[in-house]
Amino acid sequence: MSKVSTILCLVLILGGAGLLAAGNATGAVPTYAISLVGKYLCYAMLALAVDLVWGFAGILSLGHAAFFALGGYAMGMYLMRQIGTRGVYGNAILPDFMVFLNWKELPWYWHGFDNPLFAILIALAVPGLLAFVFGWFAFRSRVSGVYLSIITQALTYALLLAFFRNDMGFGGNNGLTDFKDIFGFSLQSDGVRRGLLLASAGFLALQLVVARYVVTSRFGKVLIAVRDTESRTRFLGYRPERYKLFVFVLSAVMAGIGGALYVPQVGIINPSEFAPANSIEAVIWVAVGGRGTLVGAILGALLVNAGKTYFTGALPELWLFALGALFILVTLLLPKGILGLFARSTARPAPPVVEPAE
Amino acid sequence: MPLLRHLYFLACLALIAASLAQPAMAQDDPFAGLAGDSFDDIRHGIETLATSGAPTAAAVIAALQEGNLYSGPDAALFIKTDDGWLDARTGKPATEVAEDALSPVKMNNGVRRAAEAAMGSLELYSPDAAIRRHAAEAVLKSRDPAALEGLTRALAKESDAGVRRIMEQARASALLATPETTEAERLAAVATLRARGDLDARAMLASLTAQPPAVAEAAATAVIAIDRMLQLWGLAQGVFYGLSLGSVLLLAAAGLAITFGVMGVINMAHGEMVMLGAYTTFVVQDVIKSHAPYLFEASLFIAVPLAFLVAGAVGIAVERCMLRFLYGRPLETLLATWGLSLAMQQTVRSTFGASNREVSTPQWMSGATQWGGITITYNRLVIIVFAALVVAALMAALRYTALGLRMRAVTQNRRMAAAMGIRTPWVDALTFGLGSGVAGMAGVALSQIDNVSPNLGQGYIIDSFMVVVFGGVGNLWGTVVSALTLGTVNKFLEPLAGAVLGKITVLVLLILFIQRKPRGMFPIKGRAVES
Amino acid sequence: MASFRNWLRGTGLAAAAAAALLTGAHDAQAQATIKVGILHSLSGTMAISETTLKDVMLMLIEEQNKKGGVLGKKLEAVVVDPASNWPLFAEKARQLITVDKVAAVFGCWTSVSRKSVLPVFEELNSILFYPVQYEGEESSKNVFYTGAAPNQQAIPAVDYLAKEEKVQRWVLAGTDYVYPRTTNKILEAYLKSKGVKDEDIMINYTPFGHSDWQNIVASIKKFGTAGKKTAVVSTINGDANVPFYKELGNQGVKATDIPVVAFSVGEEELAGIDTKPLLGHLAAWNYFQSVKSADNTAFIAKWKAFTKNQKRVTNDPMEAHVIGFAMWIKAIEKAGTTDPKAVIEAMIGISVPNLTGGYSAMMPNHHITKPVLIGEVKADGQFNVVWQTKGTVVANEWSPYLEGSKDLIADWRSPLSCGNFNVKTGKCGGASK
Repeated sequence: MSKVSTILCLVLILGGAGLLAAGNATGAVPTYAISLVGKYLCYAMLALAVDLVWGFAGILSLGHAAFFALGGYAMGMYLMRQIGTRGVYGNAILPDFMVFLNWKELPWYWHGFDNPLFAILIALAVPGLLAFVFGWFAFRSRVSGVYLSIITQALTYALLLAFFRNDMGFGGNNGLTDFKDIFGFSLQSDGVRRGLLLASAGFLALQLVVARYVVTSRFGKVLIAVRDTESRTRFLGYRPERYKLFVFVLSAVMAGIGGALYVPQVGIINPSEFAPANSIEAVIWVAVGGRGTLVGAILGALLVNAGKTYFTGALPELWLFALGALFILVTLLLPKGILGLFARSTARPAPPVVEPAE
Repeated sequence: MPLLRHLYFLACLALIAASLAQPAMAQDDPFAGLAGDSFDDIRHGIETLATSGAPTAAAVIAALQEGNLYSGPDAALFIKTDDGWLDARTGKPATEVAEDALSPVKMNNGVRRAAEAAMGSLELYSPDAAIRRHAAEAVLKSRDPAALEGLTRALAKESDAGVRRIMEQARASALLATPETTEAERLAAVATLRARGDLDARAMLASLTAQPPAVAEAAATAVIAIDRMLQLWGLAQGVFYGLSLGSVLLLAAAGLAITFGVMGVINMAHGEMVMLGAYTTFVVQDVIKSHAPYLFEASLFIAVPLAFLVAGAVGIAVERCMLRFLYGRPLETLLATWGLSLAMQQTVRSTFGASNREVSTPQWMSGATQWGGITITYNRLVIIVFAALVVAALMAALRYTALGLRMRAVTQNRRMAAAMGIRTPWVDALTFGLGSGVAGMAGVALSQIDNVSPNLGQGYIIDSFMVVVFGGVGNLWGTVVSALTLGTVNKFLEPLAGAVLGKITVLVLLILFIQRKPRGMFPIKGRAVES
Repeated sequence: MASFRNWLRGTGLAAAAAAALLTGAHDAQAQATIKVGILHSLSGTMAISETTLKDVMLMLIEEQNKKGGVLGKKLEAVVVDPASNWPLFAEKARQLITVDKVAAVFGCWTSVSRKSVLPVFEELNSILFYPVQYEGEESSKNVFYTGAAPNQQAIPAVDYLAKEEKVQRWVLAGTDYVYPRTTNKILEAYLKSKGVKDEDIMINYTPFGHSDWQNIVASIKKFGTAGKKTAVVSTINGDANVPFYKELGNQGVKATDIPVVAFSVGEEELAGIDTKPLLGHLAAWNYFQSVKSADNTAFIAKWKAFTKNQKRVTNDPMEAHVIGFAMWIKAIEKAGTTDPKAVIEAMIGISVPNLTGGYSAMMPNHHITKPVLIGEVKADGQFNVVWQTKGTVVANEWSPYLEGSKDLIADWRSPLSCGNFNVKTGKCGGASK
């Protein structure tokens, strides 16, 4: 977690994305790679968000993908409204799925999403607000450890079921798809794809800087104290729940940004993004890269997802074995993740991570 | 369907007797309809045959129900038996049968209904009370005025009170459908049906048409009365549903209560242990079907211990090869077991294929019985009992066996236990094996109500964790209470809010509850938990 | 500084891996074979249904290669696993088209997976063959729908029940997703147009993978006691069916009392259930394994030989792939090239034998003509065909029973060349107000 590695990571993210975009503009890099890497970068934002709460505040959230998906839905709703009369039914107001289910008018919560600024605001506000309300109650009642993990899972599971319902007005299982434009530019043009890639890289870099700033500040030191021995910190006069709440909300907003950038690049948002398995996978990316290192989370997300892309094509029948084996081996052989492998020779060992009480 | 086979046997006897008597062949062939082309022809054919008094009628209709009646050119009809063909009209063995020209007489639901009703009226005089009961129920459902005469005669001879009651109800339903019935008889009939008071009676009373006003009014009040009764029973029924769902949750969570609750291993591969149990059941049944079909009814009794051993062995192997390196790092075990669960799913998928596997329900677990106004399905009842037995056995094992004592010692104070000479690594392995084995046994039960597919475990893992956490980690009683509570609440919410909203409500309630009691319903007290 | 050096090593490794991944993209060189993409989930929740379709495609491709391939080239299958993950479907579709350079893709099962890949196929102008019955309300230039639209499955089934079983009361039970929702909307409008009253229709939705059916089966039983013949029209999705039918069997709901007609339950699904208690329940499809025809007998024999399993069953979506693949081969031969643009044009009007003894033709709306068959479940897990349409039925991709789509038609022949032409306004692009 040294300064150098962070800077190096920033350079790699921004430089890599810049090179890819430039390569694509000259035709050397296929468009396929552009959206693919863009997608990985969004996942990396989710991983970073998870690492912030898990690695530095000891909150193992098994429902972080919910914030990611909520951000995605907000963006999806904006993109849906951008379709305008180009939907299959040519209805200027209602999205296609509402037309064929005989909805007569736009539900109230869809209003305002034709405005991109409003949509972006919601993409930040809704995950943040949910995290605030949830965290407010959970941290105040000192729900911790696995109890917290399981109720975060319950939260995302409940949202999954809710968004599946067609009556909710979010397109049910089909979700939101068939997007055409973003900010007036066609989503299918290579230029927009490059723009989205660069935006993802930029936001990821920004998030990394912010996260690093938070954890290295005085605030971050208290946070780590809370992670390691919460009651002792409390006895020293700190209010652990406030620290946790702040970092939880920040992390949710970061995940929401990831989701909002993810949707235009993959072209669909559907309730399965809320699936508990997705949240668990995000935790795994962090573990693979190295918990509590920020840079490791990004590395883990990129590597695992690149592996998934490669294996689902190269070994379609066996890739789950490969992925499963990877998880088992990483936890058994690399307890500090891949980053831990390289940090082994450093003089000062990283502070031991004490698990929260059960 | 032993009852049908029984019927068939009786019918064959009748057939032989008839063939000895005389080849009754009327000018007007009562069999002609059966050889017809359309379902309507066949349906009418059955009705004609049943009332014709032809001596082979019962045998022919029984053969039709079993799919053994074949028709050929020139309205020829044959019954296929294990020893060759019988001529349906005479009941005598037929020698020259052009098998290629024959095709089974077509069946659809209409034909099946007509055959059931016809068999009902033909079997009202069977010496076996169970068959008479079945026959009377069939006549009751058919509401056929033509059966009236037969019913009256059968009633006069009937000695079994239970069968008599059903016959009377059947007679009442037939009376209501007969135009000649007087108003007084009709009112009496309505009263008889009202006394029956179940859904069938309600259907009959609700469907009455062209009745005198007094009868229609009596029927309407009867329907309301039955509805009110059924509503009351509905509460009891809801409790049964809740218990049943609760016991399923309990079974799924019981193993986790050991591996997660007692040992503290966040075992994401728990669902896959359940799946292993279900697949063990499949393999056991498969072997039994091909090698020892007579054992089929006992297949589950064989599967339960085997599933325990298979899942338990896998559990011990997992503990020895993987988990023991991860103690003290519970969150890493989460990741490793998640990887394990992916690999196990894929293993099963490669071995058994991705699609569902058929696990049959033994006869003694099929069907339902009526307790007053509530329907008790046998498979659910068996699962409730099984869940109770499993949990009782588990508690006894922890409480009274030497292994149980060591397990508790190790989980309470590992170093002290080791100092007392307990080989803690082996106790860990056996504890994990026990939890996995229990999950395997749950798989046997779940195979009876759910898909046996590689995804089976995934469907239960979240619910299982919630049950354990809601009850209080480390407390087996808490798990029991929690499973039953969640099951019942879910089942009472479902009719009010719908299945989806009901489930969401339960989850939200659970989240709120954890805020109130952050360590579940029955937290374990003391310093150990804070370590 | 040691950490920095280590870091450099680590990132270098990662960069090398990423580079290998991306440049793999450029390996698709001058093609000696014609590549066919197979985009079916081999893991995750949908693997249950989709794995079979991957196998059937491999068999068809192998068989075609034995006949010498097409246009003098061999076919080569490119199998990927989208893992029941919808964004991954889009990613894999793009990979198949741009990296592997496949000539066409056979794939998808759920509507959401189709919706996810649709923009990719339209953008890259490639071809997708979609083999599953679906809700309609779509016609894309780049997709050929070889499964049934609602009027090729649902409406004839309801007609059969009303006529043969004299059903007057209807339970429309489905999983809460778009196919059941749309199908039930269409059926509701259709039944009401036939004079069925509101109180005689009960609609029920359940979540995916619903496994506890006790209340719902009981309420269906209760609904059936109003004195009118009642039937259940089930659009319950895959996984939830086994527990549903088990509960029906155990609560004693027999087909002779309350028949259930299903649109998503075929031979493959029944292979996982003990079917004896289900005798007489119905399914509506365009193909059943039990149909007697020379083509079907040969197909079943080949399938069993290919899978080396005498118990393997065939089902409707498999037949859809058989038809789609035969049509594609014919269109390539007609066009003389595998170029999607030419093949798409050549597809319309192509007619190939289906497995039920007739011919299916690709219509200008990119859907095919199909016979509709209604079968009753037999004790051996097969279906006994009790009714079938005289000829084949043309798909209504836009349902006339839905408000939003009743004025729309699709016709991909030039000069119209439009998937949502509004006959009222005479404009392409839906019902612009």
